[in-house]
Amino acid sequence: MIRFEHVTKRYAAGGPAALDDVSLDIDRGEFVFVVGASGSGKSTLMRLVTREITPTAGSILVAGRDVAPMPERKVPSLRRDIGVVFQDFRLLEGKTVYQNVAFVLRVLGSKRHQIKQLVPETLDLVGLDGMAGRLPHELSGGEQQRVAIARAVVKKPPILLADEPTGNLDPDTSAEIVKVLDRINKTGTTVAMATHDQGIVDVFQKRVIELKNGELVRDEARGGYARDETRERERAAQRAVEALERDED
Amino acid sequence: MRLTFLLGEVGNGIRRNASMIVSVVLVSMVSLFFLGAGLLAQREVSVAKGFWYDKVQVSIFFCTPQSTQAESCADGAATQAQKDQVKSQLDGMKPLVEHVYYESAQQAYDRFKKQFRSSPYLSDISADAMPSSYRVKLSDPDKYNEIVASFDGQPGVEAVSDQSSVLSTFFKLLRVISVGAVALAVVMVICAILLITTTIRQVAYTRRRQVSIMRLVGASSTVIYLPFVLEILLATLVGAGLAVGLLWALVHYGVEGLFNDTGSSTGNLVSMIGTTDVWDFAPWLFAGAIVIALATAWVTLRRYLRV
Repeated sequence: MIRFEHVTKRYAAGGPAALDDVSLDIDRGEFVFVVGASGSGKSTLMRLVTREITPTAGSILVAGRDVAPMPERKVPSLRRDIGVVFQDFRLLEGKTVYQNVAFVLRVLGSKRHQIKQLVPETLDLVGLDGMAGRLPHELSGGEQQRVAIARAVVKKPPILLADEPTGNLDPDTSAEIVKVLDRINKTGTTVAMATHDQGIVDVFQKRVIELKNGELVRDEARGGYARDETRERERAAQRAVEALERDED
Repeated sequence: MRLTFLLGEVGNGIRRNASMIVSVVLVSMVSLFFLGAGLLAQREVSVAKGFWYDKVQVSIFFCTPQSTQAESCADGAATQAQKDQVKSQLDGMKPLVEHVYYESAQQAYDRFKKQFRSSPYLSDISADAMPSSYRVKLSDPDKYNEIVASFDGQPGVEAVSDQSSVLSTFFKLLRVISVGAVALAVVMVICAILLITTTIRQVAYTRRRQVSIMRLVGASSTVIYLPFVLEILLATLVGAGLAVGLLWALVHYGVEGLFNDTGSSTGNLVSMIGTTDVWDFAPWLFAGAIVIALATAWVTLRRYLRV
């Protein structure tokens, strides 16, 4: 679904590489954590997929499209196939939850009956049923992020990118948000989530792609945040227990 | 994008930037008003000049059955022999006489009706009252006195007139008005363009999050630009409408009210523009508004609103 072949991105010609010769392949329906410290290249990777920026070298395939040489006028059609969620939610303040989600469909020209069907369906999927009439400032951070996720997936994109979606949230809420993403992944959507939230990555045990100074240093089918396996397993066990306890509560 | 949604977005944009939109309306109104005033002044020059003004310097009018004031017309309408006499005299005055046109009474009547179509008082003059004439073009316009001296008082000739001297001051004034109005219009159009640019940037700023989301979900540039363009287009069109209204009021209450009134004696001298001339220019003013709005909006959006 997303394929990087020897992708290098330099923001300034001759400057340091934000991404350095990265090759990776994310299949349809996968859930991938992209981890690494701030400045490791996670956001650059995300922005290359949505073609907000173009690579300095290498090729990028997204949903069967060669992204780098794509003419400007074809970019909107690429972006219709990608949902994006950010750390800071980016909701429209004056619009209700329903209007925020419906906005996407209206902008893309969906029919009224489609909007009437898809928006409640999607709000239900992210666990916001009954909140349709609320305004963003009346919601908690976690709820706002759910709205942002609903907005990203309401057009049913095959790919969902989440750039630090839990960065502004407490650990419990973060786990809930990732569960929502997991639920969306189960419907067949390919999900890539950039994060430096160690706990989350350890608990969910998904494929992990680790970047360090723009280089891909690890690509593990089921891994934790850190490479240290023993420590990682301990932490995973601990988290799992905590999660179970929470569920019992 | 559905129409109701689009109109909602446009309405929102106008509400949130009402003062900017109102200033675009006013600036486009003022600029188009001056442009229209300049065009109307030009039109007045050509209407007042009539058909012959640029072609001839001296006109020799023959007696009509109704012209009794002039001594030379004591015998009633000019005969063909009298006209032939004038013609051969004119032919003898070459090279000063460069060209001679003959205008029959009927031709004069048709032209007169066209020229004074806006004047209800003058349009019910009958064809009988119109004199036939020789219109004379001189190789040296300053020597028109020679012609006047030769034909004035000749039997069958009612009057010899040098038209240009009568109207030249009036035309000079009109030209100043016309050039002044167009110059002001140019300045105001520049103001309008700058203001539209600023307004679009401000509207884009208040709507930056919305625009970024539209980009993100894959809205085409047309969909993103459309609300901006429509807001500006609407504002300038309202401005153009107000400008046309003002011009109509100016002509209706100013020009027609003062000069073409039945009770006014000045109406007899010079034909005046009427409200029909305003309607002639109105489509051009609207077209100008559309061009200014679209061109400015397009350039500004290209520059400041990356899609």
